[in-house]
Amino acid sequence: MTIEVKNLTKRYGQNKAVDDISFEIKEGQIVGFLGPNGAGKTTTMNILTGYLSASEGSCKIGGKDILDEPYEVKKLIGYLPEQPPLYHQMTVEEYLKFIFDLKKVKLPKDEHIESICRLVKIDHVYKRVIQNLSKGYKQRVGIAQALIGNPPVLILDEPTVGLDPNQIIEIRSLIKRLGESHTVILSSHILSEVQAVCDRIIIINNGKIVTDSGAENLTSEFGNINKLTVRIMATDESAVFKTLSKIPGTKKVSALGVKETGSFDFEVESDDGADIRNEIVKRVLERGWQLLMIRAQEATLEDIFIKLVNTNSNKGGKK
Amino acid sequence: MLAIFKREFKSFFTTPLGYVILIIFNLFSGVYFWFGTLYGGTADMSLVYDGYTLIVLSAIPILTMRLLSEERRQKTDQALLTAPVSLFSVVMAKYLAALLLFVIGISTTLIYSVVLAFIAQPSWALIFGNFLGLLLFGAALIAVGLFISSITENQLVAAIVSYAVLFFLIMLDTVAGLFPIPVISDVLYALSFQARYTSFVSGIISLKNVMFFLSTTAISLFLTIRVMEKRRWS
Repeated sequence: MTIEVKNLTKRYGQNKAVDDISFEIKEGQIVGFLGPNGAGKTTTMNILTGYLSASEGSCKIGGKDILDEPYEVKKLIGYLPEQPPLYHQMTVEEYLKFIFDLKKVKLPKDEHIESICRLVKIDHVYKRVIQNLSKGYKQRVGIAQALIGNPPVLILDEPTVGLDPNQIIEIRSLIKRLGESHTVILSSHILSEVQAVCDRIIIINNGKIVTDSGAENLTSEFGNINKLTVRIMATDESAVFKTLSKIPGTKKVSALGVKETGSFDFEVESDDGADIRNEIVKRVLERGWQLLMIRAQEATLEDIFIKLVNTNSNKGGKK
Repeated sequence: MLAIFKREFKSFFTTPLGYVILIIFNLFSGVYFWFGTLYGGTADMSLVYDGYTLIVLSAIPILTMRLLSEERRQKTDQALLTAPVSLFSVVMAKYLAALLLFVIGISTTLIYSVVLAFIAQPSWALIFGNFLGLLLFGAALIAVGLFISSITENQLVAAIVSYAVLFFLIMLDTVAGLFPIPVISDVLYALSFQARYTSFVSGIISLKNVMFFLSTTAISLFLTIRVMEKRRWS
């Protein structure tokens, strides 16, 4: 099921929450919307699902426009909003049966709901009242709700927010599995999460698409931020500092203090394209110090943003 | 639509709300029946129905306050509005669920009539007229309450505003009498809920009054749908 978005704009008064966004998603892709809070991810998703209407532009799912055929399109989408739409007084069973009826699903009711509960692992809390469930289970009930009716398109707004690390890993692998048979759009403000799950990443900032690329491209292109953390065992911090600063290709050195007794930590930033790791090792050994650690820092979303904004302004405008 | 209706109606009884409303209805109408009809030694039920103005005023804001406001606050409206269901069905389902509870609440008056029938000869035509009037009166006020619930996401605000509006609507004829300008007081009289309901209670079923309550209901429901539609676009 393909998704086609053309020149989508959403205005709130003077503000543009979404500003002329266009993209196309092919069947079976897992696409991640990445961006800081307030970037326009949720608004875009709300428009795609028909909860909000766009000020301008169009949204087509499977070739059908959400405005022309709202009921047909809504049947194709399973939506997990930022806050799962749960009725807290109901039991999981009552709630999922209600959603089943609400979506007018034609599948065998009990079997279908049971298989979804097994898939998202909520079968053992099936009879419990939603109010009393932990946040992780509530989130899973939210995902179950989106899966009811087997919609070919899944739209998940920050599906792992508020979960503990174990649950995050579980939900990620669940999404990957779902991606085999569904077209999935998910949003997040965590880079590593989107990289772990998605085939393709669309970065949104201030309502505009900043970049749209494959998950691997993004890291190879922007993931290298030329920052190393080194830990050196020595007696004199300033001597080490001087030595590191003198290495050709070094842009900036900052002392991070003592993290391990008898050693000093530094952050070393190098020029683009310069690999100074060999030189660091060489000089440290020459002076009779010991190198305890050398680690390339991973790019955070902020780093990528800074890079993207810089590259875009060098090109003389937005992409 | 049936799914939303069923969930909504059940939800009255998963919280104390539904019970509280039924208690208000039955406790007060029971008192009116006991003291007004039985103790007064009359077969006239109109005192009970008369008393309902006050019961309706106190119970309906509680009945309608959370219908739509709570959906927005809990964000469950996202499930309803992204499902293949029209806004009309969502609003109607909510309305009918509240109306059903109201009908259950007032149907005890029919039991009173049966009780009365054992000891006297009540006028069934009159009772039927009174019941119809009460039904239409309540149906219109529930629609107004539903509309108020659609404009806020705080159920307490919805309840307080509903109390104010319902009180004003019911008191309109008293207010009208205070206006020295005849045109204004005529218009206010024409909008009075109380006067129309009292006319039912006194045994007159006038088409004008039936149409008044029905059109108030329709307009309120229409406005509710418009409010929700508008929110999508703004």
